[in-house]
Amino acid sequence: MRDSLRRVLAGAALALGAHTALPATALAAPDEQFVPLATYRVGPYASSGIPWWAGTIDYLRYVNEVEGGINGVKIAWQECETEWSTDRIVECYERFKNGRDGAPVAFFLTHSTPASYALMEKGAADKIPLIDPAGGRTESTDGSVFPYAFPLLLTYYGQASVGINYIAQREGGFDKLKGKKIATVYHDSPYGRETQAAIELLAQKYGFENIQIPVAHPGNEQSVQWRQVRQLQPDWVFLRTWGVSTPVAIKTAARFGFPVERIIGDVWAGSEADVIPAGAAAKGYQALAPFPGGDGFEIHKRLREQILDKGKSDLKDPSYFGKVYYNIGLVNAAIVVEALHAGQAKFGNRPLNGEEGRWAFEHLKVDAARLKQIGFDGLLQPLQVSCADHEGGGAARVQQWDGEKWVLVSDWVQADRDTLRPLIEAKSAAYAKEKSITPRDCATAN
Amino acid sequence: MTTTHLPASHDGAPLELQERRAPWPLAILLAVAFVLVPWLGDDYWLNAILIPFLVLSLAGLGLNLLTGYTGQTSVGAAGFMAVGAFASYGLLLRVPGLPLPLALAGGGAIAAAVGLVFGIPSNRIKGFYLMVTTLAAQFFLEWVFTKFPWFYNHASSGTISAPRLELFGLDLHAPAGRYLLVLGCVTLLTWVAVNLVRSQIGRNWMAIRDMDTAAAVIGIPVDGYKRLAFAVSSFYLGVAGALWAFAYLGTASAGSFDINRSFQILFIIIIGGMGSIAGNFVGAAFISLLPLLLNQIGQGLLGGNVDAGQLQNLQKIIFGVLIIWFLVKEPEGLIRLLANLGERLKAWPLRF
Repeated sequence: MRDSLRRVLAGAALALGAHTALPATALAAPDEQFVPLATYRVGPYASSGIPWWAGTIDYLRYVNEVEGGINGVKIAWQECETEWSTDRIVECYERFKNGRDGAPVAFFLTHSTPASYALMEKGAADKIPLIDPAGGRTESTDGSVFPYAFPLLLTYYGQASVGINYIAQREGGFDKLKGKKIATVYHDSPYGRETQAAIELLAQKYGFENIQIPVAHPGNEQSVQWRQVRQLQPDWVFLRTWGVSTPVAIKTAARFGFPVERIIGDVWAGSEADVIPAGAAAKGYQALAPFPGGDGFEIHKRLREQILDKGKSDLKDPSYFGKVYYNIGLVNAAIVVEALHAGQAKFGNRPLNGEEGRWAFEHLKVDAARLKQIGFDGLLQPLQVSCADHEGGGAARVQQWDGEKWVLVSDWVQADRDTLRPLIEAKSAAYAKEKSITPRDCATAN
Repeated sequence: MTTTHLPASHDGAPLELQERRAPWPLAILLAVAFVLVPWLGDDYWLNAILIPFLVLSLAGLGLNLLTGYTGQTSVGAAGFMAVGAFASYGLLLRVPGLPLPLALAGGGAIAAAVGLVFGIPSNRIKGFYLMVTTLAAQFFLEWVFTKFPWFYNHASSGTISAPRLELFGLDLHAPAGRYLLVLGCVTLLTWVAVNLVRSQIGRNWMAIRDMDTAAAVIGIPVDGYKRLAFAVSSFYLGVAGALWAFAYLGTASAGSFDINRSFQILFIIIIGGMGSIAGNFVGAAFISLLPLLLNQIGQGLLGGNVDAGQLQNLQKIIFGVLIIWFLVKEPEGLIRLLANLGERLKAWPLRF
C-alpha cells in the first residue's frame, strides 16, 4: 500500500511535468476578444455538434475577416472537446474562464441545458454570463435573481406557449381551443417534463384537455404511446421528443393512422436529422423554429461568397450549409456579436470582461432594421433583453417538412409571456430563497 | 500489496508479520494534498481536475470492493451514486439543521440499503447473470429519479442542486473548501477501506472471489458476505455520488448517473487494477485526466494547423490505443505496471 502510494505520487508528478512542459503558443492577444467554444466533434452528439459549431465559427470568421472584427476588435476563439458531457463542459469553462493570453472572456456558450444548470452558481460567482439560446433554466429569465444566466430567444415554457398559440391560430382563435384535446408526447427526461407546468396553466386558461404521454428513453419503440393516442383521439399532438425518438414517433404515428399534419414538433424535434429517417411519413410534419432551416437568407449569400467559396468554412461537408443545426450556430454567433456591439457602445471599442459582458447582454437590442443590415432578416427574431427579461424574444416561426426541405409556414408566433411570467417568478423566488439571494432591483440597475 | 517479512536473523524476537516503518511518503502526500494544494492550486486545478479525480477515485474504490475484492461484477455503479446524491439532497432539504457530514453519511447509508436489496440475487446467480441484474438496477434507479418528482422537490427540470455546503459554520462554497471536503471524505474512506480489506471481512471477500465453493467449505457464510460487499460498495458509491453532485457540479439529475458513468467507473478499476486500493486512483487519473491532457497537448502542439475534427478523433484514437496497449502489457492494471517498474528501478542500473 505504502509503495503503491509512492508510485501514484511519482506518476502524478510525471503527468504534471508533462503538462507544464507544454509549449505555450500564443493564440490570442490582449486587444482581442476571447471566445471559448465547448465543441463536441466526437461522441454520440457529434452529428449535430459538427454543423452547429461550424455555423458559429463561420460567422465569427466572417466578422473577423470581412468586417474586420467588432469595431476593429478581433475575435479569438479556441475549442475544447467536450463530447457534450456536462463534466467536460465544466472543465472547459474552468480552463478558459480567465481568458487566454490576456484576452478576456465576456461570455460562455454552454450549448447544453444540464451544463447551464451545473455552471449556474459558478457563472454568478465568477461573473461570466452563460448563454444558452432556446435552452437553459427557464426561471433564469428573471435576471433579478439570475444576473449571469441568459436563456435567450425562447425558454422551454415559451416553446410550449408558442406551440399552443400556433394551434390556436390554426383553429381560428383561442375561443376555439375550448374542449379541444391536445396531447403532449414527450421524452421522459428532465427536458421532456420541463413544459408540463406551462401547458397545464394554459389548459386551465383556454379550457382544452391536457393529455401527457411519456416516451421512455431512447424511444425506439412507441406502439404503446401511439395506440393510446389513437384511442384518445386528440385534435393535436405536441411532440417534445429528442434524438431517435422523433423519427420513430413520426413513423409510428403514420402506422397508427394519426395525421402527420396534426403533429407540431418542438424546437429540438425540428431538424433534418429528425425527419429524414422517417422517410415519406414525415411529409407535412411541422416544427417550431426559433432558428429556421434554409440557405436562402441574406447572410447565407454573404457567407457563401466570402467564406464557403473561398474554402474558409469549418464545414467539411458543404451540403450541411443552411441546415437547421448550421443555422442555430449562425444565430447564436450573431446574438453574441450583437451583444458585444452593444457593450462596446458603452465601454469603448475594446474587448470586454464578464461583468461588462453581462451589461452588454442586458442592453442587447436587435430591431428589424439591424436584422436587415446584418442579413438575418427572417432567420432571427427581433430581440430586446433587459435586466428583468433575459429571454428577450419569446417567439418562433413554424416550418413544415415538404419531403426534401423545411418550408416556413408562419411568421414569428409570439409566446404568451405575460401569462407565464408568474410561474417563472414563483420559481425564481423559490430559488432565491433556497440560495439566500437578494434579488437585484431592476428598476435601479443600470 | 504489502510485502510480508519473516525476519530470520532476529532469534528470539517476537514474530513480526509486518515491518513497521514510519509512513513518510504517505505523510508527505497527505501534507501536500491538504496544505500545499489548496494554498497554491488555482480554481482550474481544484474545480476541474482534482475534485472530479478524487470523486471518481472514491467511486472506483467502492466498485473495487465489490468487483475487485469480492468478485461480483456490477455495471450498476452509477445507479447507486444517484441514490447517494438524491438521498443526501432529500435529507438536507427535509431535515432542517442536519449537518453536512451526516447528510453525506445518510446518503451513503440509504445507498447501502438499496445496494443490499439489489445484492440479494447474488445468493443464487453469479458472473454474467449477476451483471445483468445490476444492469437492471442501473436502469430502474435512473427511471425512479426521473419518474417521481418528490425526489427532486418538484423542480421543473428534474435537477437537484446543492442546498448549502457548510461544516461547523464554515462556508465550503469556495473551490478550496469543496476540495478539502472531498479530500477529507476520500482520505477517511480510503483509510477505512484499507483496514477493511486487511480485516477478516476483507479476507473472506477475497476467499469468495477466488473460489466461492472453497470459501463455503471452510465455513465462510458466502451469501451474507456477498450482500455485505454490495452494501459497503454502495455506501462508497453513494457518498461519491453525493460529492459528485454537490462538491463538483453543484447540481445533478438522473442523467448525470447514466450507464456511461457506470462503464466509466468499471473502466477505472479494470485499467487501474482490480483488487487494489491505489489502483483506483491511478485508474481515475487515466480515465478522467488523460483525455484532458491529450486535448491540451493537441491544442498546444497542433491547434490551428490541423483540422479540429480530425484532431479530436486523433485524441480518441490515441486514448483507445493507450488503453489496449496498457492492458496487453499488463492485464492486471496500471498499478501492477507501476509496481513492476518500481521493482526494476530499485535494481537499476545494475540489473544482474
